[in-house]
Amino acid sequence: MRDIAIHVENLGKRYCIGERRETYGTLRDTLMQAMQTALRALRGRGSHHGKAEIWALRDLSFELKRGEVLGIIGRNGAGKSTLLKILSRVTRPTVGRAWIHGRVGSLLEVGTGFHPELTGRENIYLNGAVLGMKKTEIRQKFDEIVEFAEIEQFLDTPVKRYSSGMYMRLAFSIAAHLEPEILIVDEVLAVGDAAFRKKCLGKMQDISSREGRTILFVSHDTDAIQRLCWRCILLEHGHALADGDPASVVARYLSVHSFKGCPNAWIDLSHTARMGTGEARFVALQFSSQCAETAFQPYSKGPLEFSLAVESDAARSVGSVAVSLRDLSGLRLVNADTVLIDRAIPLRKGCNLIRLRIDSLYLNPGVYRLGLWLADPITVYAANTPYDYIESAFEIEVIKVESDGNGLGPNSVVTCDFDVVDVS
Amino acid sequence: MSQQAANLVEPINPVESVANQTQAILIEPPRRWEALELREFWRYRELLYFLTWRDVKVRYKQTAIGAAWAILQPFLTMVVFSVIFGSLIQVPSDGVPYPIFSYAALLPWTFFAGALTRSGNSLVYDANLVSKVYFPRMILPFAAVLSLLVDFAIAFIVLLGMMLFYGIVPGIAVLTLPLFLLLAFMTALACGLWLSAVNVKYRDVAYVIPFLTQFWLFMTPVAYSSSIIPEAWRPLYGLNPMAGVIEGFRWALLSTGQIPSGPIFVSAAVVIALLIGGLFYFQRMESQFADIV
Repeated sequence: MRDIAIHVENLGKRYCIGERRETYGTLRDTLMQAMQTALRALRGRGSHHGKAEIWALRDLSFELKRGEVLGIIGRNGAGKSTLLKILSRVTRPTVGRAWIHGRVGSLLEVGTGFHPELTGRENIYLNGAVLGMKKTEIRQKFDEIVEFAEIEQFLDTPVKRYSSGMYMRLAFSIAAHLEPEILIVDEVLAVGDAAFRKKCLGKMQDISSREGRTILFVSHDTDAIQRLCWRCILLEHGHALADGDPASVVARYLSVHSFKGCPNAWIDLSHTARMGTGEARFVALQFSSQCAETAFQPYSKGPLEFSLAVESDAARSVGSVAVSLRDLSGLRLVNADTVLIDRAIPLRKGCNLIRLRIDSLYLNPGVYRLGLWLADPITVYAANTPYDYIESAFEIEVIKVESDGNGLGPNSVVTCDFDVVDVS
Repeated sequence: MSQQAANLVEPINPVESVANQTQAILIEPPRRWEALELREFWRYRELLYFLTWRDVKVRYKQTAIGAAWAILQPFLTMVVFSVIFGSLIQVPSDGVPYPIFSYAALLPWTFFAGALTRSGNSLVYDANLVSKVYFPRMILPFAAVLSLLVDFAIAFIVLLGMMLFYGIVPGIAVLTLPLFLLLAFMTALACGLWLSAVNVKYRDVAYVIPFLTQFWLFMTPVAYSSSIIPEAWRPLYGLNPMAGVIEGFRWALLSTGQIPSGPIFVSAAVVIALLIGGLFYFQRMESQFADIV
């Protein structure tokens, strides 16, 4: 038992959906609710009628050795967050049990417990205490935290005046200086701009490899999982579908429910697995190389045009609409994100059509996975969720049109335009 | 990969790992009734301190006069009471000037009403914490009540000034004052535990609390003296713990009447029952908080 950090046995968690989503927020809700309940009672039905149950997690067992880094991957609603919540003792399981050996630090969300009115300095103490640090410990690491977050000048400013980037840096910095033996991290860490993600992942790599801590890491992000973890579990509908080395588990994850998309035809996205708030979402998509000779199929070094149908529940401007292409191992090769060209997209309430064009696609012939992202960079920081994010909508085949002389395949990930300029 | 593997065999500090062995945590489904986890509560005392400190700090942030509100609330109520009940209706005030008679009662009452409101809403107010971080949830209503003690202390200064003004010197009985404050504290905490636990599921509580405190104010001898209550009803009146608290405050500070010992014991018994019930009820509901808050 000495080298076991986490032992999970037949763990299960049941939610009553009705109970979970009921809104008691306002007086109007309450009155409506009361009237509905009364009406139902009059008709002779109980208020529990039709309450659906769902097993968010079922029969899950695994063991995690001390010092191991375990990734948990799965689609939305697969039970990842529920598992983390149980292991970090936020909620209790319905059946089964788990033993945890060692001090646990869990990061289900960065900046939990931050108070906007308090200054950076005050929030470091408050948030540290919330995460389970002792006062002396926080005092010891105070300077380190401030330095990592790069907020020296703003220490005595209320955090509500911070930019979103500063806010995130401070929040992550406090969390990163927590020194638990077992670290439980939710994917929220991976949200943010590229530089920030890199910093977070770097710090986590540090924590695992240099300090030899046990980490349980949940993510949608297949890149991060493969880079960080030594082992990965794929969850689906609360069950463990696969457990093994990250590369093969990720491949398995990406291959579930995928199909090849046809060019120049609308592809319905309304049932595609996704995450995000859904306030604005992709409903359909069309892609085309605008070239009749290839039957509109995308080809190496050719253009690729997307028509994106986006439904929004209100008029809003979104700063980041992105189309990405990944290879089958999940590595993101192309990311055409409007935030990079600084174009905010105004959306009407209702249906909108966005046309986005990649001028030349420097991808080798092969099969790629298409991903879609819709977010406001500012609210992504604040709420930790994009409007809509589809990691893998479907597969796109990139064909070749130029003859490649000797028939040798390309020996690289991407391609480029090149020629011999001169020989002397 | 090989570099990472090398880290696996890195020796783990033996002292540390022995300590870990002893602190293995078992996670299992909630049982119907569980023993109170007071040790866990004690382990998180620093968080209790920080949350109390946060509540105090944040309460009067971005207000023009800041902590002066802690004085103004009971003070202005006292002025209104003095005009209406003291001068116009001429409610008997046991032989002391009406303003100090009512202020000595408004002091614990303001504390109690504020603590009840804050702690009753504490879990919903910090829903984000409840659904994302582990800690004994009891800390939230507890910190809310504690934070109101600071306001109490500030408002108490005004009482000292008024006693000086009216030339009232308290007797030896003033030493019992902390006991009555403790009783008020326990009453607020007990109610806070019940209300906050119910509030998680039924937000109706948020609407009930203002009525509750208003109703309770009339049931409590804040604006009037309990001497107008018929003798036969006194023990029953003791069922309201705040009646005992306020009688006690007046007795300890202003030497009015005599120690209302009978009703006080009834009050104390009621509060202890309410508090123990509240602790168990709260703990029983605790396992569901994160799922439904």
